[in-house]
Parts: sequence; C-alpha cells; structure tokens
Amino acid sequence: MNIIALVFLPLLAAIVGGLGNRALGNTIVKSITTGALFISCLLAWPIFIGFLQGNDHAHVVKVLSFITSGDLKVDWALRVDSLTAVMLVVVTTVSSLVHLYSWGYMAEDPSQPRFFAYLSLFTFAMLMLVTADSLIQMFFGWEGVGLASYLLIGFWYEKPSAQAAAIKAFVVNRVGDFGFSLGIFGTFLVFGTVSIPAILAAAPHMAGSTIGFLGMRVDTMTLLCLLLFVGAMGKSAQLGLHTWLPDAMEGPTPVSALIHAATMVTAGVFMVCRLSPMFETSQTALTVVTYVGAATAFFAATVGVVQTDIKRVIAYSTCSQLGYMFFGAGVGAFGGAMFHLFTHAFFKALLFLGAGSVIHAMHHEQDMRFYGGLRKHIPITFWAMMAGTLAITGVGIDEVFGFAGFYSKDAIITAAFARGTTAGGIAYFVGVTAALLTSFYSWRLVYLTFFGQPRWVGSEHIQHAIHDAHGHDHDHHDHDHAHDHAHHAHHDAHLDAPDEGAGAEPTVDSRGAEDMPKGTGGYHPHESPLNMLIPLCVLSLGAVFAGFFFAKPFIGAGGTAFWQGSVWFDREFMESIEHVPFFVKISASLAMLIGLLLATWAYVWDKSLPARVAGSARGLYAFLLNKWYFDELYDILFVRPAFALGRLLWKRGDQGTIDRFGPNGAAWLVNVTGVVSRKMQSGYVYTYALVMLLGLAAAATWVIAN
Amino acid sequence: MIGLGHYLTVSAILFATGVFGIFLNRKNLIIILMSIELILLSVNLNLVAFSAYLHDLVGQVFAMFVLTVAAGEAAIGLAILVIYFRGRGTISVEDVNRMKG
Repeated sequence: MNIIALVFLPLLAAIVGGLGNRALGNTIVKSITTGALFISCLLAWPIFIGFLQGNDHAHVVKVLSFITSGDLKVDWALRVDSLTAVMLVVVTTVSSLVHLYSWGYMAEDPSQPRFFAYLSLFTFAMLMLVTADSLIQMFFGWEGVGLASYLLIGFWYEKPSAQAAAIKAFVVNRVGDFGFSLGIFGTFLVFGTVSIPAILAAAPHMAGSTIGFLGMRVDTMTLLCLLLFVGAMGKSAQLGLHTWLPDAMEGPTPVSALIHAATMVTAGVFMVCRLSPMFETSQTALTVVTYVGAATAFFAATVGVVQTDIKRVIAYSTCSQLGYMFFGAGVGAFGGAMFHLFTHAFFKALLFLGAGSVIHAMHHEQDMRFYGGLRKHIPITFWAMMAGTLAITGVGIDEVFGFAGFYSKDAIITAAFARGTTAGGIAYFVGVTAALLTSFYSWRLVYLTFFGQPRWVGSEHIQHAIHDAHGHDHDHHDHDHAHDHAHHAHHDAHLDAPDEGAGAEPTVDSRGAEDMPKGTGGYHPHESPLNMLIPLCVLSLGAVFAGFFFAKPFIGAGGTAFWQGSVWFDREFMESIEHVPFFVKISASLAMLIGLLLATWAYVWDKSLPARVAGSARGLYAFLLNKWYFDELYDILFVRPAFALGRLLWKRGDQGTIDRFGPNGAAWLVNVTGVVSRKMQSGYVYTYALVMLLGLAAAATWVIAN
Repeated sequence: MIGLGHYLTVSAILFATGVFGIFLNRKNLIIILMSIELILLSVNLNLVAFSAYLHDLVGQVFAMFVLTVAAGEAAIGLAILVIYFRGRGTISVEDVNRMKG
C-alpha cells in the first residue's frame, strides 16, 4: 500500500539515520533521509491528484491494533481523504525540499546525521497526525511533532538561548496539550468513542445538551470544541500561547521553514478543519475561534512591523497568517482556511528558505539593519523572495491572475464579511488592517534587505568574515570567503555594533536602519549553492501558481466534489462570497497597495521617516518592539511564581523538611548515639566488670522477685 | 556453736571483698586476678557449707570442680599477664584501656 510506505518511509529513514549516525557518515544518512522523503513526496502527489480529479474516495487503511480496553478501541489506521491528501502534499513537498536545502545550509555543521534524522522523524510524526483516524492517533502525532520541534529548536544545544527557546516551546505547548487532552477525554466521555468519523456523525445529535464542568452546567459541544481549540491555539501559536513561536527561530532556518511555518504550526488549523462538523454544532465556539484568530492576525502583524531580525519578522508573519486561517475557519469558510494553509505552506517556506539563503550569504548576520543592496549580489534569492512577498501580500487582478495569497487570503477576508455576523464583521475589518500591515512589513523586509546601500560594515559577523579571510583562519562556518579581499581600507571602520547574533533576544536597541554606517566593509556576499537554490525555485513556482490552479477545487465551484465532506463545506456560503459588494472585494487588494506605498515611502523615498515616526510615538514603538510585553507579563504572572514556588518547595519542603527529618535526621541520630556510647567505652576492665555485676544483680533480682 | 549462718556470712564478706577488689583497685592487674580467686573461694565455701548442712556430697564434688577451674583460670590469667607485660611494659590497671572508644 502506497500510503503505508508514504508514512513509514520517513520513520525508517529517521531510525536508520539516527542510529547509524556517525557510523554511516554524513553523505549516506543525508541520502537515505532525503531519498525517503522524495519517495514519500512522489507517492503523495498522485493521491492528491486523484482526489482533485474526483477519482479517489475516502478510505481507511488499518495498520495495527493499538488499544482494546472495554469500550475503548483504537487502531493504528491511516485515513486518506481530501483533507489528508492536501496535508500529505504540503508536508512531504515542503519536507523533501527542506531536506534538500539542508544539504547546503547545514554543510558545515558537525552533527548533520542527527539533524536529518530529526527532520525525518518530524515528518513521520506530522504524517501520523494528518492521517489520524482517531483522536488518540492524532494526539500521538501531535506530541511527536512537538518532540521533534523541541529537538530541532534546541539542535544547537551549546547555545543557551537555543536551549531556553526549546524548553519554552515545549512548556507553552504543554498548556495547549492539556486542553487538547481534556478535550479528548471529554469527547470519549460524551460519545464513547475516539474515532473521528463516529464523533463527527454523532456530534449534531449532541447539539444543545449540557454537561457539568467545574461545577457549572455548560453546553457540551461548546465545551468540547473550546477544549480542543486550546490545543490548536498552543500548536498554532495563537494569541496567548504564541510566545514560543518567535523564540523558536533559534533553530536552524530549514527547521523554521518546515516546522514553524509550513507544517507543524498549521496542525491546529488542520485539527479544527478535520473536526469542522463538530465545531459547526457550536456557534459560540466558532465565534471564539473567529475572535482569537482575528486578534492574533492583528497582534502579530503589528509586532512584525518593528522587528529587525529577518527571521523574527517572518515568524510574526506566520503567526499572523495562522490567525487568518483560524478566523477563516471561525466564520465557516473551512475550505478557505485549508486553502490558505496550502498556499501559505509554499510561500512561507519559500520566505524562510530565502531568508536562510540571505543569512547564509551574509555570514549568519540576521539583523536586517546590516543588510541592504543585496539584490545585485544574490539575484536568484532576491527573485525567490520577491515571489514569496508577492504571494503573501496577495498581489493579483481578479479574474486574470494572482499570486497564491491573492486567492486564499482574500477569500478568507471576504468570507468574514459575507458571514454577516458581528464577529465576522470585526474579523473582516481586522483582516483588512492586518493585510495592510502584512504588505507593509513584507515590503519593508524586501527593501531593507535587497534595496538601498549596503550597511554591512557595522555587522560583527561580517567583520569576523573579513578578518578570517585575511589569514587568521579560524575554522569558521562559511566556506566560500577565501576569495580575494583587496579592500583593506575599510578595516578601521570598526564600530561597536550590537551583537544581534544568531537568535539573541532582540536587545532594546532602537536604532533604525539609517543610523547604521554605510559600506560593504570589503565583503562580497555569495549566492547560495545549487542544492539551496533548487528548493527556492520549486517553492517559487508553488507561491506563484498554487492559488491560480487550486482555487476552484478548494474554495470555488468544485469544492463540494473535492472535499467530499471531509471538511464542512457550505456551498451556498462559499458562493455568496462571490457576490459581496465591490468595495469588499477590492478592500484587501487596496490595503495591500496602501501597505506597499507606505513601505516604499518609508524605506525608499524618505528614509528618515521610520526614525521620525518611532521618535514621535516612542511609547507605541517600545510597546510593539517588546511584543506587547507578553513575555514580561507571563514572566510576572507565571514564570516568577513558578520559580518562587519551586524555590519554596526546594528550600523549605525538600531541604527544610524531608532532608532534615529524613536522611539527615537519621544520620544525625546515629551520630549522636555513637558519640554518647563511645563515651561509655572507657576501656578499663573494672568498669566493664562493674556494669556486668550490676546487670547480673538486676537480672537476679528480677528473677527472684518474680 | 557455728551454724550455717556464720559460714554464709563469711562467704558473703569474702564475695564482697572480691567484688570491691576488682573495681576499687587502681594499681595492679594481679590484684584483680586475686580478687577473682576470692570470689571463687567464697562460692566454694557456700557450696561446702550447704553440702554439710543438707548432707549431700554433690556440693563438695562441685567445689572440687570449681577449684580445678580456678587453678586453670589462674594459670591462664597469669600467662596472659606475662605476655601483656612483655608487650606493653606495664601491668598497671590505669594503662590497660586499649578498648577505649
């Protein structure tokens, strides 16, 4: 069976690669894992095309029996339907391309087999998640991707910031997973089964019933949906549980592209879509989903505007786009949410891999303030990033052609309007605003990185590169800087640049790009090797054409035939999207244009503008730069109390009570007894004799007295 | 006439002398050995006195055994004492405290 090979090949590759590790060597492990992924990818596309053409129907392939205990029967089973097919294509395509890309990006890394084994392990867990036929198996995949994410964020474990980020991602996800597991327990309690089709079939009959929870009577379906949605919020980094995602950028860039942009973070959206008939039974839950999604879309977009780390900008962008998907699902456009997931996977993976290519070229400098003018030096990366930017901002003309985001994002925004509810209206308004911000920060990224004059000289990473190239050959992680450097003149221009090293917390250094010294410092960025450029080109194709080709089956007239009921697809509602007023139709494009104009104005025409704006609205700027102070808030609310409680239990509870009266107490007692009894051992024969005599007398007295 | 009570009284005095000799003595290990002999003699006196009083020869036979054991004990005790003196150069009770904790 193709599907079994598809899912388990990555696992096999991960086991062989992970256990073989150094014994097999870099090239063999990389070949095995990458090869397995490409085979999976080749197996996935026919399945997707089969559903696209309507030849294929949903089926379940049982692999093994998992749990049989009373009423609880769970199988390891792979469910293949339209929704799964979409995810299979997304996961295997992006994953195989990321594997290939990592050949180039990780070429200098000492533990490549480990990296590739983790990547394949992640892919397997993700495939288990999307093919899940029961909530238990979905939870297995859910935790599996969480584990792989943890391992890969902390891949460079010698960096304390990477360890911290990995732990943060894991802990924040525990909060979401707690909700998810409560949701699964509740679902089993209510429906007596964890099989997803059975739950979805039974869900409409449960609408309106109530259940006791925390001493209150609450609507059953609302409660279950909201608990499951908490899980989705954690995994998909929605407002409140989003704090781990920007920090997750500590991981290598291919990881960010695969896990924290294209696949794992969309697992929450996938779960909501998979359970869409269940969510449809509770308007309250859908409203919450809408509001949370809209709030996240707006929040992340505002923060993305002021970030200076290229990966963090894209990370907040991801967070924001996930918000779009959720409020798309919240207003009932599950097809639109899945469509945006599909297109987003391509263009966001592209943007991340492009950013990785830029970072590679710029010698691991991630701060955009030290970029500039890279267009001419790395032209292929530039055009790939342009494709990604055009796709995410949603450039296109109705009825003619548009880049991927034009179809999917605009569909979600118009669907929110067409829903006609208050939540929908607010989501529409927020969506348009976020589209403007999306356009602004995306173009800001492009302008700062590729246009203007080079500002490389201020970067410490570049300084290192220059110095290395002049004979102090430390074993540095770039390989192609050994070329001729004739520009000694710039050497003295060493400036105390902030060490915004790979992944350091952004220091509250509010200098603008224009404050940075100009000049190349004699450094020549090099275009990335071919194995990094090929994935960029393939993903560019996806970013350009995915929307154009797949709009019809995903959200258009072919929707009912394509989805085959695997997600809730309201034909009439989706058609009503086509008949919204003209201003609604063009509002997203208009917002995009305004964002583009603002970015061009601020970063091309009048470059002193950003500094002036930041100066005049200092409070707002600091608010955004500090990510709405979420980390600080959580630090006060949770982290510090947790530390205080831990310290209390450690000092008072463990050391002060258990150790004191337990092991230490026993030892003390033995010691004291020893000291006392030692004193009694005088060593003189006559004292022993006296004691013996007294004892004998006592014993004799006792015997006689009785 | 001298009755059982007198014998027992003498025996008790001998026993008490022996006991006090063991732990009031601070000088010489030989005195401790002598004290032990005194205790054994007092026991012998008891046995013989009761034997005569009860007209039962077993007590006197037992006294013979005790004398034998006492002789052996004195021989071994003195032998140990000699060895000890060779080793440590003293048999003063004050110095015999190697078992001190």
